[in-house]
Order: sequence, then structure tokens, then C-alpha cells
Amino acid sequence: MESRTHISVQNLSVYFDDQQILKDVSIDIPDHRITAIIGPSGCGKTTLLKSLNRLLDPLDGVRVSGRVLVDGIDIYDPGTEVTEVRKKMGLLSQRPQALPMSIFDNVAYGPRLHNRFDKTRLGDIVEYHLRLAGLWEEVKDRLNEPAARLSVGQQQRLCLARGLAVAPEIILGDEPTSALDPQSSQNVERRLIDLKQDYTVVVVTHILRQAKRIADYIAFLYLGELVEHGPAAEVFANPRDPRTRAYLTGVIS
Amino acid sequence: MNQPGSARRLRRRKSKEMIFRAMMAFSLLIVIGCLVLIIGTIIWKGLPAMNLSMITQTPKGGYYLGKEGGILNAIVGSLYLASGATILAILFSLPVVLYINIYARRNSKLASLTRFSLDVLWGIPSIVYGAFGFIIMIFFGLKSSLLAGILAVGLLEFPIMSRAADEVVRMVPRELLEASFSLGATRLETALRVVVRQCLPGLLTAVLIAFGRGIGDAASVLFTAGFTDRIPTSLLQPAATLPLAIFFQLGTPFPEVQQRAYASAAILTVLILLISLLARGLGKRYTRHIIK
Repeated sequence: MESRTHISVQNLSVYFDDQQILKDVSIDIPDHRITAIIGPSGCGKTTLLKSLNRLLDPLDGVRVSGRVLVDGIDIYDPGTEVTEVRKKMGLLSQRPQALPMSIFDNVAYGPRLHNRFDKTRLGDIVEYHLRLAGLWEEVKDRLNEPAARLSVGQQQRLCLARGLAVAPEIILGDEPTSALDPQSSQNVERRLIDLKQDYTVVVVTHILRQAKRIADYIAFLYLGELVEHGPAAEVFANPRDPRTRAYLTGVIS
Repeated sequence: MNQPGSARRLRRRKSKEMIFRAMMAFSLLIVIGCLVLIIGTIIWKGLPAMNLSMITQTPKGGYYLGKEGGILNAIVGSLYLASGATILAILFSLPVVLYINIYARRNSKLASLTRFSLDVLWGIPSIVYGAFGFIIMIFFGLKSSLLAGILAVGLLEFPIMSRAADEVVRMVPRELLEASFSLGATRLETALRVVVRQCLPGLLTAVLIAFGRGIGDAASVLFTAGFTDRIPTSLLQPAATLPLAIFFQLGTPFPEVQQRAYASAAILTVLILLISLLARGLGKRYTRHIIK
């Protein structure tokens, strides 16, 4: 197999019961870039994102055809260990979901599961990733407090730190700023831009301006179909498909 | 707008509101009244018979005729039995509840069948559990013993605990599970490290409800645990229980022994109250991390 990007989606179709949510989607997601998946609500953006780390598994009546290759391995192959797939990706959800434990334990959750670190180093690991997520200064004196006491914006950065602590290669964001105030949104966006040096970032967003601010690469979904994808500057300046143009100019939403 | 019509309508709506409020107040009064009456009766009738030897001594010869002694055998027996049964029920409930909520698919037929079975089991009268336990005992050649009692009461507690816990675990948001999954946790790790922690107060309530039912039940232990004046020292010895102690003392023709039955009821009530308070106090320490 030729050298590919971290994530390569090939002819992916997803059905919920009888409804086809994704229609034959194929895209190579560029490494060390921020890829934004855009499109009107209900077009399958979140489904595409969740299909990348097999979070669709637990839902009922989901049928998947086609392949998603992560580092050359088909994650939907029955022989693939799902926890290994998920370890490669940190997920930011629409509303930050802190785990019911302390701030420290939230970040240490992944490393403890995967036994990556001995106990003495755990503290360093937690500090390192909290710094990476830009949260350390705000929480360094209250690591043992419940994570639920943080503000929503802080919780989202905590989730980022928690995801990074599993040492992933990829960061997935499902409208990661939709529950945040403008200040916190900006903070998270800045983090993502910093992190693309070392990680491949895929973000679902329904905010066009956000996509323009942060994305290097754009994938436009419409009614389950990948209509157009390409470098952000190109897609925004010169959309090839009339549907993309219509969406970008606000005719369809 | 027809002014008189709308005014009449408003009056009618207001009177409906008043009638319903009156009904609520009445029901509340009945419920609280009953509670006060029950506890009042127990204390009123039991207090004269209450003394330290009630809770520090086992029955001496002729206790049921009004001679001295206490019901320590039944207190200890009940605690042994209900604790054993509750632990047994937890061992079976937790896997069932975690399975139907975290492992099974959301519209799983197996999960709905399980819930239905648990509801049916919940509705079975405890005397049936006792009789069933008795048949099993005979089959295995067991005599009435603490062990047989624990099995029967454990069976009685199991559906109660499972259904109560199920209702709590069902409320865990899907996203919380996904957060744990996305960090590479398996379902079991997610269940034990996240779900159990998140649901701890609710699970504790489920355990307490089941414990309360177990320690207060007379019919299921009648054939299975037997009754004895001694404190059991092994699982294979029979064990006395408070509900049966109350039953036997109330059944005597002697007023002073009947009084002791009420004192025993008071002891049982206080025991359940203390254990609930203790468990809730302990549980409080673990609730601070819960995600709302």
C-alpha cells in the first residue's frame, strides 16, 4: 500500500435503519492540518466524524459499508481492536463531557487505562497535557476538585487535555465550541491551531466563519454526499460545485 | 371576546385547581398520619418493655412466657441474613444492570425481556420465595439454615435492587459513555470506572431499598432460615430474624410478651434507619464528582 494520510475514507456509506446518512464518501484527510467538515444541519457531518473512531458502533440499527483506513488499517475490519483505534484519536464533543472524577483523574484516566506511565510520572503527564491544553495555570491549585466545578469553557479544554494524554495522533472535534462563550471558543480555536504541528485535526463545524478562521482543508457535505473537498482557500474563493457556492453564500443552510 | 363566558371559564379552572389542591393535601395528610401512627404505636406499646437486656441478651428459658432475656439472637440473625442476602443480590444485580444498559443495544429484545422478568419477579409475594427456597433446600438435603435464608432473601432482593438500579443507570447520558469510549476504555472499564461512580447515590438507594425489604421480610425466612434462640456461628445453623421474633411474640397470649413484640419492631425500625443514615453518610463522600 502506498504511503497514505493518517485517515483515509474509502467509499463509506452509513445507514441508520433504512435511511442512508452517508453516501459513498471518499476522502483522504491531510496530516498535520485542520480539516473542517462543513454543511447544513442533518447532512451527516457528525456521523462522518464518529465513523472515524467507531463511535457509531454502540448505536442501534447502524450499518456501515466501505472502509476507513487509519494508518493503513481498516478500522471496520472485524479483527481490528476498537480500543486501539480510539486511542489514536482524542475527541471533543459538542458539550464537554467531564468524567465524574477530579480534574487530575480526568486527565489521568487514559494513561491509567493504557498503563503508559508509572505512578510517579503520572503527575508530570497530567501537568504536561494540561499545559498543552492551556488550562494548567487555571487549575494547578485545584487538581483534586471535581471536574464538574470548572466552567464549560474550562471543561472543554480539560477534555482536550484528557484526549491528548492518551497520546493520539488525531484530534476530532464535533462542533467543539458550540456550547462555549466567544472568549472560550477563541481559546479552543487557538489551541487547535497550535496543535496541528503535531496532530491531525478534524473538526465538524456549522459556523462558516470558524471554518475560515482555522481550517486548512474543507470537506463540504450535503444530504450525506461529499460534494466538494479541497484546500480551504480554494474552496472558499472558488467553489466548483453550485451547491457549495449556494451554501457559502447562505442560499442553503 | 365574550367577557362573561371567559370569566366563567376562569372560575371553573380555578375551582378545579382548588379541588386538586385539596385532594393533594388530604392524601399527604393520610400518608404522614399513617407514618406517625405506626411509629407512635410501636413506641407507645413497645417502650415499657424496652430495656438494655432486650438488645444485649439472647432469650433465656421461658422468655416467650414473659421471663427474662432479649432478642439479640434475632438482631444478629437479621443483620447476618440481610447483609449476606444483600451482598448476594449485589453480585447478581450489578452485572445484569450494567449489561442491559451498557452492553446491550438500546432497543435490545434481551434487555426488555430482562426488565419484564425483573418486574414479574418483583411482584411475586415473598412467601413464594420462601416456598421455592424450601423446595431447593429439600432437593439439596439442606436443613433450615442461615445459608438457605440468605439464598431465599437474596432472591427476593435481587429484582428490587436490579430494577431500582436500572432506573438510575438508564439516566447516564450517552455522551458520557462516548467520552470514556473515545479514550480507549472498554465497556467494562467504562461501566466500573465511570458509570458506577456517576450513579453511586442512586445505586446506594437501590441497595438500601433491597436491604430494607430483605431485613423486614418474614415470609421468605419462615421455612428457610428457621428460628433459634442461639446466635448462629456457621452458615449451616438456623438463624433467628426480627420479623419472625415479632411474629412469635405477638402470637403469645401474654400481654408483656406482646409488648416485647412492639419493642422488637421499634428495634427493627431504628436498625433500618441507622443503616440508611450510615450508608448515606458514607455515600456523600463520593458524590462530589458527579456530573450533572
